Amino acid sequence: MYNNINEDNNLNLVQNIETEALLNAIYQRYGYDFRDYNKAHVKRRILHRVAHTGLKSISQLMHKVLHEDQFFDLILRDLSINVTEMYRDPSFYAVMRKEVIPILKTYPYLKVWHAGCATGEEVYSFAILLQEEGLYERTQLYATDFNPLVLDTAKKGIYPINRIKDYTTNYQMSGGINSFSDYYVARYDSVILDQSLKKNIVFAEHNLVTDSVFAETNLIICRNVLIYFNKELQNRVVKLFTDSLVKGGYLGLGSKENLMFTEVFDQYQVVDGKEKVYKKKVV
Amino acid sequence: MYQAIVIGSSAGGLHAVKTVITGLPQTFQTPILIVQHLSPHSDNFMARYLNQLTHLQVKEADEKEPVRPGHVYIAPPNFHLLVEEDYSLSLSVEEKVNYARPSIDVLFETAAMAYGPRLIGLLLTGANNDGARGIESIKAAGGTTIAQDPKTAESPIMPLAAIATGKVDHTVPLEELADFLTKICVKP
Ligand SMILES: C[S@@+](CC[C@H](N)C(=O)[O-])C[C@H]1O[C@@H](n2cnc3c(N)ncnc32)[C@H](O)[C@@H]1O
Repeated sequence: MYNNINEDNNLNLVQNIETEALLNAIYQRYGYDFRDYNKAHVKRRILHRVAHTGLKSISQLMHKVLHEDQFFDLILRDLSINVTEMYRDPSFYAVMRKEVIPILKTYPYLKVWHAGCATGEEVYSFAILLQEEGLYERTQLYATDFNPLVLDTAKKGIYPINRIKDYTTNYQMSGGINSFSDYYVARYDSVILDQSLKKNIVFAEHNLVTDSVFAETNLIICRNVLIYFNKELQNRVVKLFTDSLVKGGYLGLGSKENLMFTEVFDQYQVVDGKEKVYKKKVV
Repeated sequence: MYQAIVIGSSAGGLHAVKTVITGLPQTFQTPILIVQHLSPHSDNFMARYLNQLTHLQVKEADEKEPVRPGHVYIAPPNFHLLVEEDYSLSLSVEEKVNYARPSIDVLFETAAMAYGPRLIGLLLTGANNDGARGIESIKAAGGTTIAQDPKTAESPIMPLAAIATGKVDHTVPLEELADFLTKICVKP
């Protein structure tokens, strides 16, 4: 019994050592830096990949990752969590419409950055909102993610039709003023979003950990990305956002993400505490 | 000494969780982490409701929150709850596991890595198989595993699936679970 427990503790220790080595190897070989992601999440995903591939240890996985580029694509997918939907948390969009849009309307020209846009549902949701509010034509949207595979899907703007019922409900709850079906055409088992939504969106690869600010923005939406980062990395990334935002610019985070516990908090005022919408102070 | 208890519960779970939590003494210190399957659109009703019924601090889990004694943490609807090795909590929106988010397996597996032998895993009523693998992980890490006696469960499938793994140490009727946990957690 006790022997077993010691063995298990050793196994855990060995797995931690292996995980660290793997993340270092990935960083050096492919340039993706997962070293400051939440450990429990990373280790769980990696151990599942080990089991799924029929390997015995993380060390064996490391060998494959280093030698097979295609295998790394799988690991990137495992670690990047691309789950998303249109109008996820409709109440967030409702707050945007009510509190943020009226102020943005006072600008002649706008830049909006969706960081960690995954397969694009979020940025198209926002593009629809901007069209309905008459702001789209003067807005440049940047939709970025560090995973090139999801960006390919995002650029297409084609989604499975079986999600449309949920999205329609979400759209209505978010305060949408038209019929959601105005924004897509159905083709077999897919929907193709209206081309006019794409016109002002630039999709680009950007890694929040290793890349720097690329534009001065009026609004940054970064939802359900920071939850995967440790405290230190969260601080680094919200600083990046603060550098990118104009004075008086807005920041929208995911429902479980909070600026309050970061080092930049005193540079912001809270617009909506529940929906995690913040405004960068003017002074 | 146990450092934490993880509880998984599904159909019929509100009553079962309430019975366990309200049966614990005021002085109960071991932190408790709970995954209760809920509709993704529900609010934090469960935490608020339970918090009124017990002296323990019941709250919805926040990301990066340290696990503290005398506290009960409930996974937020639509997020997986994970335990880090520094005994803080993290959340994830990744795919459903066993059709569930939060998933019991995700909590149990990560808690097993964090607490090793100093963890108790308890599986309550439910109509699916979530949690069975988690029970195996807890056992493999040297922890203690408990299933609600299926005869006392509103929906016996989940505790039965756990028992079928052969990795359940104790099968305990619902009404006796609070006393049982108190006995093994509070040092004589
Ligand atoms: C859970 S999705 C969130 C999608 C969308 N924002 C939402 O809330 O529905 C997280 C996204 O963040 C991306 N991501 C993770 N780490 C990143 C990084 N270091 N830089 C840029 N994107 C990252 C992932 O590839 C993934 O697409």
